[in-house]
Amino acid sequence: MADLSTNFVGIKSPNPFWLASAPPTDKEYNVRRAYEAGWGGVVWKTLGLDPHIVNVNGPRYGVVYGADRRVLGINNIELITDRPLDVNLREIKAVKRDYPDRAMVVSLMVPCEEWAWKEILPKVEETGADGIELNFGCPHGMSERGMGAAVGQVPEYIEMVTRWCKANTRMPVLVKLTPNITDVRYPARAAHAGGADAVSLINTISSITSVNLDTMSPEPSIDGKGSHGGYCGAAVKPIALNMVAEIARDRETAGLPISGIGGITTWRDAAEFLSLGAGSVQVCTAAMVYGFGIVKELKAGLSDWMDEKGYTSVDQVTGRAVPNVTDWQYLNLNYVTKARIDQDACIKCGRCYAACEDTSHQAISMSPDRVFEVIDEECVACNLCVDVCPVEDCITMEELQPGMTDLRTGKVVEAEYANWTTHPNNPSAKAAE
Amino acid sequence: MKTTPRTSGVQAGRLSAKALAENFQDLHAPFDDHEAMVAADRCYFCYDAPCIAACPTAIDIPLFIRQIQAGHPNGAAKTIFEQNILGGMCARVCPTETLCEEACVREAAEGKPVQIGRLQRFATDGLMSSGVHPFTRSEATGKRIAVVGAGPAGLACAHRLAMKGHEVVIFDGRSKPGGLNEFGIASYKSVDNFAQSEVEWLMKIGGISLRTGERLGGSLTLEALRAEYDAVFLAIGLAGVNALRAEGEDCENVLDAVDFIADLRQTGNLSSLPVGRNVVVIGGGMTAVDAAVQSKLLGADQVTIVYRRGQDGMSASRYEQDLATSKGVRLVFNAQPLAVHGNGTVREVEFEYTESAGGTLTGTGETFRLAADQVFKAIGQTLEGAPEGLALDGNKIAVTGPGRTSEAGVWAGGDCAAGGNDLTVTAVAEGRDAAMDIHAQLMG
Repeated sequence: MADLSTNFVGIKSPNPFWLASAPPTDKEYNVRRAYEAGWGGVVWKTLGLDPHIVNVNGPRYGVVYGADRRVLGINNIELITDRPLDVNLREIKAVKRDYPDRAMVVSLMVPCEEWAWKEILPKVEETGADGIELNFGCPHGMSERGMGAAVGQVPEYIEMVTRWCKANTRMPVLVKLTPNITDVRYPARAAHAGGADAVSLINTISSITSVNLDTMSPEPSIDGKGSHGGYCGAAVKPIALNMVAEIARDRETAGLPISGIGGITTWRDAAEFLSLGAGSVQVCTAAMVYGFGIVKELKAGLSDWMDEKGYTSVDQVTGRAVPNVTDWQYLNLNYVTKARIDQDACIKCGRCYAACEDTSHQAISMSPDRVFEVIDEECVACNLCVDVCPVEDCITMEELQPGMTDLRTGKVVEAEYANWTTHPNNPSAKAAE
Repeated sequence: MKTTPRTSGVQAGRLSAKALAENFQDLHAPFDDHEAMVAADRCYFCYDAPCIAACPTAIDIPLFIRQIQAGHPNGAAKTIFEQNILGGMCARVCPTETLCEEACVREAAEGKPVQIGRLQRFATDGLMSSGVHPFTRSEATGKRIAVVGAGPAGLACAHRLAMKGHEVVIFDGRSKPGGLNEFGIASYKSVDNFAQSEVEWLMKIGGISLRTGERLGGSLTLEALRAEYDAVFLAIGLAGVNALRAEGEDCENVLDAVDFIADLRQTGNLSSLPVGRNVVVIGGGMTAVDAAVQSKLLGADQVTIVYRRGQDGMSASRYEQDLATSKGVRLVFNAQPLAVHGNGTVREVEFEYTESAGGTLTGTGETFRLAADQVFKAIGQTLEGAPEGLALDGNKIAVTGPGRTSEAGVWAGGDCAAGGNDLTVTAVAEGRDAAMDIHAQLMG
């Protein structure tokens, strides 16, 4: 059976599944129950200096539903811990003492001045915590006070604060990155330059989930007004995966350990984050929707999949897909596919036809008796028909083998790899010499 | 002694009032908001959707379901009513399993179609219960049209004509409008006096007046109507009932199923309706199923439907057959009635097994008898009281195109007209289409 235990920048945990810094990890009671349920670690909800902040007393969450009220995404306007610092520290110490094998990382957010970090770091160290995570990501409430995303959006600040922390504690330093920037590589490079042991990402995405059209207030509505909140959950996973991959394959940050966060809901999501470079993963929304029990599915699913694939440890999975993430210009233009419709599986809904005819390349024909067929002369292999087909594997993309003719272009498919950098239509193409 | 299902003869009050009330409640509870959203989400919004083609009134089903899913059920209702003003009743009585839901691609894929009928009911109930009538009339044309028969065809025709700005008078021989919607549908398919509420709601369009107790052959003649009105639409249904042509048919308690069904709908007290301990229903259509199931629900001990052909020949859908058997009705196929036995009052019915070869049905000579305190005949209705002079096609009024009869200025639709399939929804389509044709001719 695969060994799920991890040693992430010196932080050991029996499995790679940590609960992210958020309401699930905001006090001893929850964290004990999380550990009992089987979570490998937690990132304790962000601590700040006293006097502790306050939260709103109305709704803190907005939601986006899929079918049957399935939660696809949640946004929140909750701030960091609203309990006194010493209460949190006492609880962290007690829990860590009782669960020495579990990862205990403490999230921190204090003003952007060195004295503040010097003041809080020894107190955290004293709890026996395994590491700290710098919350440079929170997009609401704290950023207006010059903390959270306000720091995370300025690479120079990230580097500076990271350096202070490295200088003032022996604990590993994880820097949590905000996605509310244009290019995540810059903050990642700054964290790296400051000496960060790892980055964790993504934090939540600035968002308004919905507007109440009767009151004209954004949701969640506090007395008729709303504020942008941080979006998370399954809906943000594609954005997070890309940011993780961008850092994993960036020359300057390659090899920098990553704790992957963002919409991880099933073991498969977790495996995808690992494959793109994460060494541990953090989960929040799925636990908030379904409870701590999901960790059983996460662990069992990852373990069985690793067994099936012959991976014996998590580090064998980490980064496995990174070499296959490339820039568009390097994609093989001689790779030609055509859509194929399995007539036995087809239920004749016509969605492929509508999608192709109305919005793509008019490459599917429809007969009076509702037989849908691909017109190879028109099919550009966009894949939209596959995506909209409600029947799995009814439409597939078939690769044209070298020597076959692409009826759309009239060209014979070549075996050789060829990309845009050498394409004759590319004004900056370099002729092969 | 207390009356029970096993009390002999024909008796009222076989079940407690409470049991009767439960038995005759809504066959399918209406969807609540969340159920409707979940059901709506299953629709694939098919291109050129097969369900639309399968609907006699061609409702844009994917559109209305998408409107429900988008949180706009009143918009969904309007989409339905634009094509079928009796969409509320059709949502209750349509054999969707042989129409839209049979054509649904998810029926082909999974054997579980989108629940189109129940979604239609969700949408239409919502708008109707708000009391809003979603249509307004065009400018008055000054034309007056007589509609004979206030059933589905007549009501649909009248509504469309009123929308187009015409003045309409509907005549109906009964004391209430609705036709088969009011008198011919099993009670558990149309609870809470829905048929009358629907007529009242439909009439809110304005421009329609209703005159009950007037029928052709009674106070009305086609000549007089043609003279007084710019056009006439005949939607007189099928008032006659086919005879068994079996010996002893005139025994007491050998009844027409349609009368039994009408009595059930009109009664205010189910405990007062008598039903036999042993009931035999003869026929293979919806009327047979409605009569048999309701006999059982009233407390009959043994109820048997006997149909002269095989199961596949039954015009009642397999779904309706399953409903009957689930209520405890026994189905017997390939048997035709030979004689009704009894000393003035029916005691037994004698049947002969049949076999069909080359389309003709012949008796095998083998017979059996079923005990019967009550027999319901449900072997079809016939046209009765059609005006002299109108060409017939078989036993119905001959029509061409959208309901044009052999007489100029006279249209016909619904069950009385040739070519339909005796479904409510088809009658609605015919009434609507005839109205459009009348409008085009009068205004052309």
